[in-house]
Amino acid sequence: MPLLQVNDLHVKYGNVEVIHGIDLTVREGEIVSILGANGAGKSTTLLAISGIVRPFKGEIRFRDVFIHKLPAHRTVELGIAQVPEGRRIFGTLTVQENVNLGAYVRRDAAETRKTEQWIYDLFPVLAERRHQLAGTLSGGEQQMLAIGRALMSQPRILLLDEPSLGLAPLLVRAIFQTLKEINASGVTIVLVEQNARAALKLAHRGYVMELGRIVIEDSAEALMANAEVEAAYLGGSGMEEKQG
Amino acid sequence: MEQFFQQLTNGLAVGSIYALIALGYTMVYGVLKLINFAHSDMFTLGAYLGLTLLTSLALTDHIGPLWGTVVLALMVMGLVAMVGALLDRVAYRPLRESPRLSAVVSALGASIFLQNTVMLIYGARYRVYPHDILPRVALDVFGLQIPLVRILILCASLTMMAMLYIFIQRTRIGTAIRAAAIDQGAARLMGIDVNRVILMVFLVGPALGGAAGLMVGLYYGQINFTMGWGYGLKAFTAAILGGIGNIPGAMLGGVLLGVVESLGAAYLSFAWKDAIAFCVLILILIVRPTGLLGERVAEKV
Ligand SMILES: Nc1ncnc2c1ncn2[C@@H]1O[C@H](COP(=O)(O)OP(=O)(O)OP(=O)(O)O)[C@@H](O)[C@H]1O
Ligand SMILES: [Mg+2]
Repeated sequence: MPLLQVNDLHVKYGNVEVIHGIDLTVREGEIVSILGANGAGKSTTLLAISGIVRPFKGEIRFRDVFIHKLPAHRTVELGIAQVPEGRRIFGTLTVQENVNLGAYVRRDAAETRKTEQWIYDLFPVLAERRHQLAGTLSGGEQQMLAIGRALMSQPRILLLDEPSLGLAPLLVRAIFQTLKEINASGVTIVLVEQNARAALKLAHRGYVMELGRIVIEDSAEALMANAEVEAAYLGGSGMEEKQG
Repeated sequence: MEQFFQQLTNGLAVGSIYALIALGYTMVYGVLKLINFAHSDMFTLGAYLGLTLLTSLALTDHIGPLWGTVVLALMVMGLVAMVGALLDRVAYRPLRESPRLSAVVSALGASIFLQNTVMLIYGARYRVYPHDILPRVALDVFGLQIPLVRILILCASLTMMAMLYIFIQRTRIGTAIRAAAIDQGAARLMGIDVNRVILMVFLVGPALGGAAGLMVGLYYGQINFTMGWGYGLKAFTAAILGGIGNIPGAMLGGVLLGVVESLGAAYLSFAWKDAIAFCVLILILIVRPTGLLGERVAEKV
Protein backbone atom coordinates (compact mmCIF):
# COMPACT_ATOMS: atom_id res chain seq x y z
CA MET A 1 0.00 0.00 0.00
CA PRO A 2 1.43 3.43 -0.90
CA LEU A 3 2.06 5.83 1.96
CA LEU A 4 0.09 8.62 0.32
CA GLN A 5 -2.47 8.28 -2.41
CA VAL A 6 -4.31 11.20 -4.04
CA ASN A 7 -7.21 10.27 -6.31
CA ASP A 8 -9.01 12.64 -8.68
CA LEU A 9 -8.40 15.68 -6.46
CA HIS A 10 -10.37 18.81 -7.32
CA VAL A 11 -9.91 22.04 -5.35
CA LYS A 12 -11.85 25.28 -5.64
CA TYR A 13 -11.10 28.72 -4.24
CA GLY A 14 -14.54 30.31 -4.05
CA ASN A 15 -16.16 29.37 -7.33
CA VAL A 16 -12.93 28.96 -9.24
CA GLU A 17 -11.61 25.45 -9.63
CA VAL A 18 -7.79 25.50 -9.62
CA ILE A 19 -7.01 21.77 -9.32
CA HIS A 20 -8.83 19.73 -11.92
CA GLY A 21 -8.58 16.14 -10.86
CA ILE A 22 -5.05 15.04 -10.11
CA ASP A 23 -3.67 11.67 -9.02
CA LEU A 24 -0.49 11.26 -7.02
CA THR A 25 1.15 8.27 -5.40
CA VAL A 26 3.96 8.43 -2.89
CA ARG A 27 5.52 5.23 -1.56
CA GLU A 28 7.23 4.83 1.79
CA GLY A 29 10.84 6.05 1.70
CA GLU A 30 10.60 7.93 -1.58
CA ILE A 31 11.54 11.48 -2.48
CA VAL A 32 8.94 12.71 -4.93
CA SER A 33 9.26 16.08 -6.59
CA ILE A 34 6.40 18.20 -7.96
CA LEU A 35 7.47 20.69 -10.61
CA GLY A 36 5.46 23.35 -12.37
CA ALA A 37 5.24 26.99 -13.31
CA ASN A 38 3.82 29.71 -11.07
CA GLY A 39 0.14 29.18 -10.44
CA ALA A 40 0.16 25.54 -11.54
CA GLY A 41 -1.40 24.49 -8.26
CA LYS A 42 1.56 22.95 -6.45
CA SER A 43 1.03 24.76 -3.14
CA THR A 44 -2.70 24.15 -3.29
CA THR A 45 -2.03 20.42 -3.67
CA LEU A 46 0.18 20.36 -0.58
CA LEU A 47 -2.33 22.44 1.39
CA ALA A 48 -5.07 19.99 0.46
CA ILE A 49 -2.97 17.06 1.66
CA SER A 50 -2.32 18.84 4.98
CA GLY A 51 -6.01 19.63 5.39
CA ILE A 52 -5.62 23.40 5.20
CA VAL A 53 -7.82 23.63 2.11
CA ARG A 54 -10.74 21.29 1.69
CA PRO A 55 -10.99 19.36 -1.59
CA PHE A 56 -14.14 19.91 -3.56
CA LYS A 57 -14.01 16.39 -4.95
CA GLY A 58 -11.72 13.38 -4.80
CA GLU A 59 -9.95 11.39 -2.11
CA ILE A 60 -6.69 11.55 -0.23
CA ARG A 61 -5.53 8.50 1.65
CA PHE A 62 -2.62 8.40 4.06
CA ARG A 63 -1.67 4.80 4.87
CA ASP A 64 -5.09 3.32 5.57
CA VAL A 65 -6.88 6.52 6.60
CA PHE A 66 -8.90 8.78 4.32
CA ILE A 67 -7.77 12.25 5.32
CA HIS A 68 -9.47 14.59 2.86
CA LYS A 69 -12.17 15.46 5.37
CA LEU A 70 -9.89 15.77 8.38
CA PRO A 71 -8.89 19.13 9.90
CA ALA A 72 -5.23 20.10 9.60
CA HIS A 73 -4.31 19.27 13.18
CA ARG A 74 -5.44 15.68 12.68
CA THR A 75 -3.22 15.18 9.63
CA VAL A 76 -0.24 16.39 11.68
CA GLU A 77 -1.12 13.87 14.40
CA LEU A 78 -1.22 11.14 11.76
CA GLY A 79 2.32 11.98 10.64
CA ILE A 80 2.11 14.58 7.87
CA ALA A 81 4.28 17.67 8.36
CA GLN A 82 4.62 20.61 6.02
CA VAL A 83 7.26 23.26 5.49
CA PRO A 84 5.01 25.88 3.93
CA GLU A 85 5.76 28.26 1.11
CA GLY A 86 7.50 31.35 2.47
CA ARG A 87 8.62 29.42 5.59
CA ARG A 88 5.99 30.96 7.88
CA ILE A 89 8.10 30.79 11.00
CA PHE A 90 6.75 32.58 14.09
CA GLY A 91 8.94 35.68 13.89
CA THR A 92 8.16 37.17 17.30
CA LEU A 93 8.78 33.88 19.11
CA THR A 94 12.24 32.53 19.87
CA VAL A 95 13.88 29.80 17.82
CA GLN A 96 13.35 27.41 20.71
CA GLU A 97 9.66 28.28 20.97
CA ASN A 98 9.28 27.64 17.24
CA VAL A 99 10.96 24.27 17.68
CA ASN A 100 8.71 23.45 20.64
CA LEU A 101 5.62 24.32 18.64
CA GLY A 102 6.70 21.83 16.00
CA ALA A 103 6.30 19.14 18.63
CA TYR A 104 2.84 20.37 19.64
CA VAL A 105 1.16 17.04 18.84
CA ARG A 106 3.81 14.91 20.49
CA ARG A 107 3.19 13.81 24.07
CA ASP A 108 6.33 11.81 24.83
CA ALA A 109 8.76 14.31 26.35
CA ALA A 110 11.77 12.00 26.20
CA GLU A 111 11.21 11.24 22.52
CA THR A 112 10.75 14.93 21.82
CA ARG A 113 14.10 15.77 23.48
CA LYS A 114 15.75 13.18 21.23
CA THR A 115 14.19 14.65 18.11
CA GLU A 116 15.21 18.11 19.22
CA GLN A 117 18.81 16.95 19.63
CA TRP A 118 18.69 15.42 16.15
CA ILE A 119 17.45 18.69 14.68
CA TYR A 120 20.10 20.75 16.41
CA ASP A 121 22.66 18.26 15.07
CA LEU A 122 21.29 18.67 11.55
CA PHE A 123 21.28 22.48 11.87
CA PRO A 124 23.87 23.48 14.48
CA VAL A 125 23.33 27.16 13.77
CA LEU A 126 19.80 26.85 15.21
CA ALA A 127 21.19 25.56 18.48
CA GLU A 128 23.44 28.59 18.72
CA ARG A 129 20.52 30.91 18.14
CA ARG A 130 17.85 29.12 20.14
CA HIS A 131 17.11 32.10 22.41
CA GLN A 132 17.02 34.62 19.59
CA LEU A 133 13.74 35.82 18.05
CA ALA A 134 13.13 33.76 14.92
CA GLY A 135 12.37 36.88 12.88
CA THR A 136 15.94 38.04 13.32
CA LEU A 137 17.41 34.95 11.60
CA SER A 138 18.75 35.17 8.06
CA GLY A 139 16.64 33.77 5.23
CA GLY A 140 18.61 30.55 5.11
CA GLU A 141 18.48 30.08 8.86
CA GLN A 142 14.74 30.67 8.78
CA GLN A 143 14.39 27.92 6.19
CA MET A 144 16.40 25.58 8.40
CA LEU A 145 14.14 26.49 11.30
CA ALA A 146 11.04 25.82 9.21
CA ILE A 147 12.38 22.37 8.31
CA GLY A 148 13.54 21.61 11.83
CA ARG A 149 10.22 22.74 13.27
CA ALA A 150 8.31 20.47 10.89
CA LEU A 151 10.51 17.51 11.82
CA MET A 152 9.73 18.01 15.50
CA SER A 153 6.36 16.35 14.97
CA GLN A 154 8.27 13.19 13.98
CA PRO A 155 6.44 12.94 10.67
CA ARG A 156 6.36 9.91 8.38
CA ILE A 157 6.05 12.25 5.44
CA LEU A 158 7.48 15.74 5.02
CA LEU A 159 5.94 18.10 2.46
CA LEU A 160 8.23 20.95 1.43
CA ASP A 161 7.00 23.93 -0.60
CA GLU A 162 9.88 25.63 -2.42
CA PRO A 163 12.51 25.39 0.31
CA SER A 164 15.17 26.84 -2.03
CA LEU A 165 13.27 30.07 -2.69
CA GLY A 166 15.50 33.11 -2.32
CA LEU A 167 18.55 31.18 -1.07
CA ALA A 168 22.07 31.32 -2.46
CA PRO A 169 23.12 28.25 -4.52
CA LEU A 170 25.60 27.08 -1.92
CA LEU A 171 22.93 27.15 0.77
CA VAL A 172 20.46 25.36 -1.49
CA ARG A 173 22.99 22.58 -1.95
CA ALA A 174 23.51 22.33 1.82
CA ILE A 175 19.77 22.19 2.50
CA PHE A 176 19.15 19.59 -0.18
CA GLN A 177 21.98 17.52 1.25
CA THR A 178 20.23 17.68 4.60
CA LEU A 179 16.96 16.61 2.97
CA LYS A 180 18.79 13.55 1.69
CA GLU A 181 19.92 12.76 5.24
CA ILE A 182 16.41 13.26 6.55
CA ASN A 183 15.10 10.90 3.89
CA ALA A 184 17.78 8.35 4.73
CA SER A 185 16.60 8.41 8.33
CA GLY A 186 13.23 7.11 7.13
CA VAL A 187 11.14 10.20 6.39
CA THR A 188 9.35 10.17 3.05
CA ILE A 189 9.60 13.50 1.22
CA VAL A 190 7.40 15.41 -1.22
CA LEU A 191 9.33 18.33 -2.63
CA VAL A 192 7.69 21.17 -4.55
CA GLU A 193 10.33 23.14 -6.39
CA GLN A 194 10.95 25.76 -9.03
CA ASN A 195 14.60 24.80 -8.92
CA ALA A 196 13.91 21.74 -11.06
CA ARG A 197 17.49 20.68 -11.65
CA ALA A 198 18.33 20.48 -7.94
CA ALA A 199 15.02 18.84 -7.13
CA LEU A 200 15.34 16.13 -9.79
CA LYS A 201 18.89 15.36 -8.75
CA LEU A 202 17.58 14.60 -5.27
CA ALA A 203 14.27 12.94 -6.14
CA HIS A 204 13.46 9.39 -7.15
CA ARG A 205 10.36 10.34 -9.10
CA GLY A 206 8.65 13.49 -10.22
CA TYR A 207 5.39 14.99 -11.40
CA VAL A 208 5.00 18.00 -13.65
CA MET A 209 1.92 20.15 -13.07
CA GLU A 210 0.40 22.64 -15.47
CA LEU A 211 -2.72 24.70 -14.80
CA GLY A 212 -4.11 22.39 -12.17
CA ARG A 213 -3.35 19.12 -13.99
CA ILE A 214 -0.54 16.62 -13.90
CA VAL A 215 0.92 16.48 -17.37
CA ILE A 216 3.97 14.24 -16.89
CA GLU A 217 4.84 11.59 -14.33
CA ASP A 218 8.15 9.76 -14.49
CA SER A 219 11.36 8.77 -12.78
CA ALA A 220 13.73 11.62 -11.98
CA GLU A 221 16.30 10.50 -14.55
CA ALA A 222 13.70 10.24 -17.27
CA LEU A 223 12.35 13.70 -16.42
CA MET A 224 15.83 15.17 -16.60
CA ALA A 225 16.24 13.67 -20.04
CA ASN A 226 12.76 14.72 -21.18
CA ALA A 227 12.98 17.41 -23.87
CA GLU A 228 9.76 19.14 -22.79
CA VAL A 229 10.84 19.33 -19.17
CA GLU A 230 14.26 20.41 -20.31
CA ALA A 231 12.83 23.29 -22.31
CA ALA A 232 10.29 24.43 -19.73
CA TYR A 233 11.99 23.87 -16.38
CA LEU A 234 15.68 23.21 -16.85
CA GLY A 235 16.37 26.31 -18.89
CA GLY A 236 16.63 24.47 -22.23
CA SER A 237 20.37 24.91 -22.32
CA GLY A 238 21.39 21.33 -21.59
CA MET A 239 20.69 19.98 -25.08
CA GLU A 240 22.65 22.68 -26.81
CA GLU A 241 25.58 22.13 -24.50
CA LYS A 242 25.61 18.44 -25.32
CA GLN A 243 25.33 19.03 -29.06
CA GLY A 244 27.82 21.86 -29.12
CA MET B 1 1.17 65.03 48.49
CA GLU B 2 -1.57 63.11 50.29
CA GLN B 3 -3.97 63.88 47.47
CA PHE B 4 -1.45 62.89 44.85
CA PHE B 5 -0.94 59.44 46.35
CA GLN B 6 -4.64 58.95 46.87
CA GLN B 7 -5.24 59.73 43.22
CA LEU B 8 -2.32 57.60 42.16
CA THR B 9 -3.53 54.52 44.03
CA ASN B 10 -7.07 55.15 42.84
CA GLY B 11 -5.73 55.39 39.28
CA LEU B 12 -3.81 52.16 39.71
CA ALA B 13 -6.92 50.35 40.93
CA VAL B 14 -9.16 51.71 38.16
CA GLY B 15 -6.37 51.17 35.64
CA SER B 16 -5.94 47.56 36.60
CA ILE B 17 -9.68 47.10 36.09
CA TYR B 18 -9.29 48.61 32.62
CA ALA B 19 -6.37 46.28 32.05
CA LEU B 20 -8.40 43.20 32.97
CA ILE B 21 -11.06 44.16 30.44
CA ALA B 22 -8.51 45.21 27.83
CA LEU B 23 -6.97 41.74 27.95
CA GLY B 24 -10.18 40.25 26.59
CA TYR B 25 -10.23 42.65 23.66
CA THR B 26 -6.60 42.14 22.86
CA MET B 27 -6.62 38.34 23.10
CA VAL B 28 -9.62 37.96 20.80
CA TYR B 29 -8.18 40.51 18.41
CA GLY B 30 -4.84 38.69 18.46
CA VAL B 31 -6.29 35.38 17.38
CA LEU B 32 -9.32 36.38 15.30
CA LYS B 33 -8.43 39.93 14.19
CA LEU B 34 -11.91 40.79 15.39
CA ILE B 35 -13.05 43.48 17.79
CA ASN B 36 -15.37 41.62 20.10
CA PHE B 37 -17.90 44.37 20.74
CA ALA B 38 -19.82 42.07 23.05
CA HIS B 39 -16.86 41.93 25.42
CA SER B 40 -18.09 44.98 27.34
CA ASP B 41 -21.23 43.00 28.10
CA MET B 42 -19.15 40.25 29.69
CA PHE B 43 -18.02 42.96 32.09
CA THR B 44 -21.59 44.10 32.78
CA LEU B 45 -22.67 40.51 33.21
CA GLY B 46 -19.92 39.98 35.76
CA ALA B 47 -21.17 42.92 37.80
CA TYR B 48 -24.78 41.72 37.75
CA LEU B 49 -24.02 38.05 38.37
CA GLY B 50 -21.87 39.21 41.27
CA LEU B 51 -24.81 41.14 42.68
CA THR B 52 -27.16 38.18 42.32
CA LEU B 53 -24.76 35.73 43.91
CA LEU B 54 -23.95 38.16 46.70
CA THR B 55 -27.54 38.68 47.69
CA SER B 56 -28.72 35.11 47.15
CA LEU B 57 -25.86 33.09 48.61
CA ALA B 58 -24.63 35.49 51.29
CA LEU B 59 -21.27 33.75 51.06
CA THR B 60 -19.50 36.43 53.05
CA ASP B 61 -21.75 35.71 56.02
CA HIS B 62 -20.79 32.04 55.99
CA ILE B 63 -17.08 32.00 55.27
CA GLY B 64 -15.99 35.51 56.09
CA PRO B 65 -15.57 38.55 53.89
CA LEU B 66 -12.25 37.67 52.30
CA TRP B 67 -12.86 34.02 51.35
CA GLY B 68 -16.45 34.83 50.58
CA THR B 69 -15.34 37.40 48.03
CA VAL B 70 -12.72 35.07 46.56
CA VAL B 71 -15.22 32.24 46.09
CA LEU B 72 -17.73 34.71 44.71
CA ALA B 73 -15.19 36.03 42.21
CA LEU B 74 -14.33 32.51 41.05
CA MET B 75 -18.01 31.71 40.56
CA VAL B 76 -18.59 34.91 38.60
CA MET B 77 -15.54 34.24 36.44
CA GLY B 78 -16.63 30.68 35.74
CA LEU B 79 -20.15 31.72 34.78
CA VAL B 80 -19.05 34.60 32.56
CA ALA B 81 -16.45 32.34 30.93
CA MET B 82 -19.23 29.96 29.99
CA VAL B 83 -21.23 32.81 28.49
CA GLY B 84 -18.10 33.84 26.58
CA ALA B 85 -17.66 30.35 25.14
CA LEU B 86 -21.33 30.31 24.21
CA LEU B 87 -20.95 33.70 22.55
CA ASP B 88 -18.16 32.35 20.36
CA ARG B 89 -20.12 29.23 19.51
CA VAL B 90 -23.29 31.08 18.58
CA ALA B 91 -22.15 34.44 17.23
CA TYR B 92 -18.67 33.95 15.81
CA ARG B 93 -17.87 30.34 15.01
CA PRO B 94 -20.54 29.98 12.31
CA LEU B 95 -18.93 32.98 10.58
CA ARG B 96 -15.32 31.77 10.72
CA GLU B 97 -15.06 31.43 6.93
CA SER B 98 -17.18 34.51 6.17
CA PRO B 99 -15.92 38.01 5.42
CA ARG B 100 -14.67 39.89 8.48
CA LEU B 101 -17.51 42.40 8.28
CA SER B 102 -20.10 39.69 8.97
CA ALA B 103 -18.41 38.86 12.25
CA VAL B 104 -18.28 42.55 13.20
CA VAL B 105 -22.00 42.90 12.58
CA SER B 106 -22.60 39.71 14.55
CA ALA B 107 -20.51 41.16 17.40
CA LEU B 108 -22.61 44.31 17.49
CA GLY B 109 -25.80 42.26 17.41
CA ALA B 110 -24.60 40.03 20.24
CA SER B 111 -23.71 43.11 22.27
CA ILE B 112 -27.15 44.66 21.86
CA PHE B 113 -28.77 41.34 22.67
CA LEU B 114 -26.75 40.83 25.85
CA GLN B 115 -27.18 44.39 27.05
CA ASN B 116 -30.93 44.21 26.60
CA THR B 117 -31.09 40.83 28.26
CA VAL B 118 -29.40 42.29 31.32
CA MET B 119 -31.83 45.21 31.28
CA LEU B 120 -34.87 42.94 30.98
CA ILE B 121 -33.73 40.76 33.85
CA TYR B 122 -32.43 43.42 36.22
CA GLY B 123 -34.21 46.56 35.13
CA ALA B 124 -32.88 49.81 33.75
CA ARG B 125 -32.30 51.58 37.07
CA TYR B 126 -29.06 51.67 39.02
CA ARG B 127 -28.65 48.68 41.28
CA VAL B 128 -26.81 48.96 44.56
CA TYR B 129 -24.27 46.45 45.85
CA PRO B 130 -24.72 45.58 49.52
CA HIS B 131 -22.12 47.78 51.20
CA ASP B 132 -21.25 45.54 54.10
CA ILE B 133 -19.45 42.90 52.07
CA LEU B 134 -15.93 44.07 52.64
CA PRO B 135 -15.13 45.98 55.82
CA ARG B 136 -15.20 49.70 55.06
CA VAL B 137 -11.82 50.38 56.57
CA ALA B 138 -8.69 52.08 55.39
CA LEU B 139 -5.27 50.55 55.81
CA ASP B 140 -2.21 52.51 56.76
CA VAL B 141 0.33 52.15 53.95
CA PHE B 142 3.47 54.23 54.58
CA GLY B 143 1.39 56.76 56.46
CA LEU B 144 -1.26 56.84 53.76
CA GLN B 145 -4.85 55.86 54.51
CA ILE B 146 -5.90 53.59 51.65
CA PRO B 147 -9.32 51.93 51.50
CA LEU B 148 -9.14 48.16 51.92
CA VAL B 149 -11.25 47.51 48.84
CA ARG B 150 -8.80 49.47 46.69
CA ILE B 151 -5.89 47.40 47.96
CA LEU B 152 -7.79 44.18 47.40
CA ILE B 153 -8.66 45.17 43.85
CA LEU B 154 -5.04 45.97 43.12
CA CYS B 155 -3.77 42.71 44.61
CA ALA B 156 -6.42 40.61 42.90
CA SER B 157 -5.96 42.11 39.47
CA LEU B 158 -2.18 42.00 39.64
CA THR B 159 -2.38 38.34 40.67
CA MET B 160 -4.70 37.54 37.78
CA MET B 161 -2.48 39.36 35.31
CA ALA B 162 0.62 37.57 36.58
CA MET B 163 -1.15 34.23 36.26
CA LEU B 164 -2.31 35.04 32.76
CA TYR B 165 1.20 36.06 31.79
CA ILE B 166 2.63 32.78 33.05
CA PHE B 167 -0.14 30.86 31.32
CA ILE B 168 0.55 32.57 27.99
CA GLN B 169 4.32 32.39 28.22
CA ARG B 170 4.96 29.06 29.84
CA THR B 171 2.24 26.58 29.00
CA ARG B 172 1.72 24.53 25.87
CA ILE B 173 -1.71 25.96 25.13
CA GLY B 174 -0.47 29.47 25.96
CA THR B 175 2.27 29.16 23.37
CA ALA B 176 -0.32 27.85 20.93
CA ILE B 177 -2.40 30.98 21.55
CA ARG B 178 0.58 33.18 20.76
CA ALA B 179 1.39 31.15 17.65
CA ALA B 180 -2.19 31.33 16.37
CA ALA B 181 -2.16 35.09 16.89
CA ILE B 182 0.97 35.42 14.75
CA ASP B 183 0.01 33.12 11.89
CA GLN B 184 -3.10 31.00 12.07
CA GLY B 185 -2.27 28.94 8.99
CA ALA B 186 1.20 28.09 10.23
CA ALA B 187 -0.25 27.26 13.66
CA ARG B 188 -2.60 24.76 12.04
CA LEU B 189 0.36 23.17 10.26
CA MET B 190 1.92 22.65 13.70
CA GLY B 191 -1.07 20.53 14.63
CA ILE B 192 -2.72 23.25 16.71
CA ASP B 193 -6.49 22.99 16.78
CA VAL B 194 -7.25 26.66 16.24
CA ASN B 195 -10.86 26.28 17.31
CA ARG B 196 -9.63 25.13 20.70
CA VAL B 197 -7.30 28.11 20.91
CA ILE B 198 -10.21 30.42 20.12
CA LEU B 199 -12.39 28.69 22.71
CA MET B 200 -9.65 29.18 25.28
CA VAL B 201 -9.46 32.87 24.47
CA PHE B 202 -13.22 33.17 24.81
CA LEU B 203 -13.05 31.50 28.23
CA VAL B 204 -10.14 33.48 29.66
CA GLY B 205 -11.03 36.93 28.28
CA PRO B 206 -14.62 36.98 29.55
CA ALA B 207 -13.54 35.48 32.90
CA LEU B 208 -11.21 38.43 33.44
CA GLY B 209 -13.81 40.88 32.12
CA GLY B 210 -16.40 39.42 34.48
CA ALA B 211 -14.03 39.75 37.40
CA ALA B 212 -13.54 43.40 36.46
CA GLY B 213 -17.31 43.92 36.53
CA LEU B 214 -17.49 42.48 40.02
CA MET B 215 -14.65 44.75 41.12
CA VAL B 216 -16.43 47.84 39.86
CA GLY B 217 -19.51 46.79 41.77
CA LEU B 218 -17.50 46.34 44.94
CA TYR B 219 -15.50 49.55 44.42
CA TYR B 220 -18.24 51.99 43.51
CA GLY B 221 -21.19 50.18 45.06
CA GLN B 222 -23.60 50.70 42.19
CA ILE B 223 -24.04 49.27 38.72
CA ASN B 224 -26.12 49.93 35.64
CA PHE B 225 -26.86 47.93 32.52
CA THR B 226 -25.10 50.53 30.35
CA MET B 227 -21.91 50.45 32.43
CA GLY B 228 -20.17 48.29 29.84
CA TRP B 229 -20.18 51.11 27.37
CA GLY B 230 -17.85 53.50 29.16
CA TYR B 231 -15.59 50.85 30.64
CA GLY B 232 -15.51 48.95 27.37
CA LEU B 233 -14.45 52.04 25.48
CA LYS B 234 -11.74 52.86 28.02
CA ALA B 235 -10.47 49.30 28.02
CA PHE B 236 -10.48 49.18 24.25
CA THR B 237 -8.52 52.43 24.25
CA ALA B 238 -6.09 50.85 26.70
CA ALA B 239 -5.66 47.84 24.41
CA ILE B 240 -4.83 50.09 21.48
CA LEU B 241 -2.59 52.21 23.66
CA GLY B 242 -0.53 49.16 24.59
CA GLY B 243 -0.63 47.75 21.07
CA ILE B 244 -3.69 45.71 20.19
CA GLY B 245 -2.99 41.99 20.18
CA ASN B 246 -0.19 42.42 22.71
CA ILE B 247 -0.94 41.00 26.14
CA PRO B 248 1.60 42.88 28.28
CA GLY B 249 0.61 45.93 26.21
CA ALA B 250 -3.00 45.67 27.37
CA MET B 251 -1.86 45.47 30.98
CA LEU B 252 0.42 48.47 30.63
CA GLY B 253 -2.10 50.47 28.60
CA GLY B 254 -4.85 49.86 31.14
CA VAL B 255 -2.85 50.84 34.19
CA LEU B 256 -1.38 53.85 32.42
CA LEU B 257 -4.77 55.05 31.28
CA GLY B 258 -6.23 54.69 34.77
CA VAL B 259 -3.42 56.65 36.38
CA VAL B 260 -3.38 59.45 33.80
CA GLU B 261 -7.13 59.77 33.98
CA SER B 262 -7.20 59.83 37.75
CA LEU B 263 -4.41 62.39 38.07
CA GLY B 264 -5.84 64.45 35.22
CA ALA B 265 -9.25 64.53 36.88
CA ALA B 266 -7.71 65.72 40.13
CA TYR B 267 -5.26 68.31 38.87
CA LEU B 268 -6.63 69.48 35.53
CA SER B 269 -10.35 69.14 35.35
CA PHE B 270 -12.76 66.48 36.46
CA ALA B 271 -15.13 67.27 33.62
CA TRP B 272 -12.36 66.62 31.10
CA LYS B 273 -11.46 63.25 32.59
CA ASP B 274 -12.49 61.24 29.53
CA ALA B 275 -11.04 63.73 27.09
CA ILE B 276 -7.68 63.46 28.84
CA ALA B 277 -7.68 59.71 28.33
CA PHE B 278 -8.27 60.06 24.62
CA CYS B 279 -5.71 62.85 24.26
CA VAL B 280 -3.14 60.49 25.74
CA LEU B 281 -4.17 57.87 23.22
CA ILE B 282 -3.85 60.25 20.30
CA LEU B 283 -0.48 61.56 21.45
CA ILE B 284 0.96 58.10 21.90
CA LEU B 285 -0.38 56.89 18.57
CA ILE B 286 1.24 59.86 16.83
CA VAL B 287 4.59 58.93 18.31
CA ARG B 288 4.12 55.16 18.15
CA PRO B 289 1.41 54.14 15.69
CA THR B 290 1.62 50.49 16.76
CA GLY B 291 0.98 51.33 20.41
CA LEU B 292 3.44 51.17 23.26
CA LEU B 293 4.45 47.50 22.99
CA GLY B 294 2.91 46.71 19.62
CA GLU B 295 6.11 46.48 17.70
CA ARG B 296 6.60 43.45 15.54
CA VAL B 297 9.90 42.10 14.41
CA ALA B 298 9.89 42.31 10.63
CA GLU B 299 10.03 38.88 9.05
CA LYS B 300 12.59 38.48 6.34
CA VAL B 301 11.24 37.13 3.09
N1 LIG C 1 -6.20 31.74 -1.34
C1 LIG C 1 -6.48 31.75 -2.67
N2 LIG C 1 -7.61 32.31 -3.11
C2 LIG C 1 -7.90 32.32 -4.43
N3 LIG C 1 -7.12 31.81 -5.37
C3 LIG C 1 -5.97 31.24 -5.00
C4 LIG C 1 -5.58 31.18 -3.63
N4 LIG C 1 -4.40 30.56 -3.55
C5 LIG C 1 -4.04 30.25 -4.81
N5 LIG C 1 -4.99 30.65 -5.68
C6 LIG C 1 -4.95 30.42 -7.14
O1 LIG C 1 -4.85 29.04 -7.36
C7 LIG C 1 -3.98 28.77 -8.42
C8 LIG C 1 -2.90 27.83 -7.94
O2 LIG C 1 -2.12 28.48 -6.96
P1 LIG C 1 -0.92 27.79 -6.18
O3 LIG C 1 -0.47 28.72 -5.15
O4 LIG C 1 -1.36 26.44 -5.76
O5 LIG C 1 0.16 27.64 -7.34
P2 LIG C 1 1.68 27.24 -7.23
O6 LIG C 1 1.88 26.18 -8.22
O7 LIG C 1 2.05 26.94 -5.84
O8 LIG C 1 2.39 28.57 -7.71
P3 LIG C 1 3.79 29.23 -7.24
O9 LIG C 1 4.86 28.50 -7.95
O10 LIG C 1 3.70 30.63 -7.69
O11 LIG C 1 3.88 29.10 -5.77
C9 LIG C 1 -3.44 30.12 -8.89
O12 LIG C 1 -4.19 30.48 -10.03
C10 LIG C 1 -3.73 31.04 -7.77
O13 LIG C 1 -3.98 32.33 -8.23
MG1 LIG D 1 3.28 27.82 -4.51
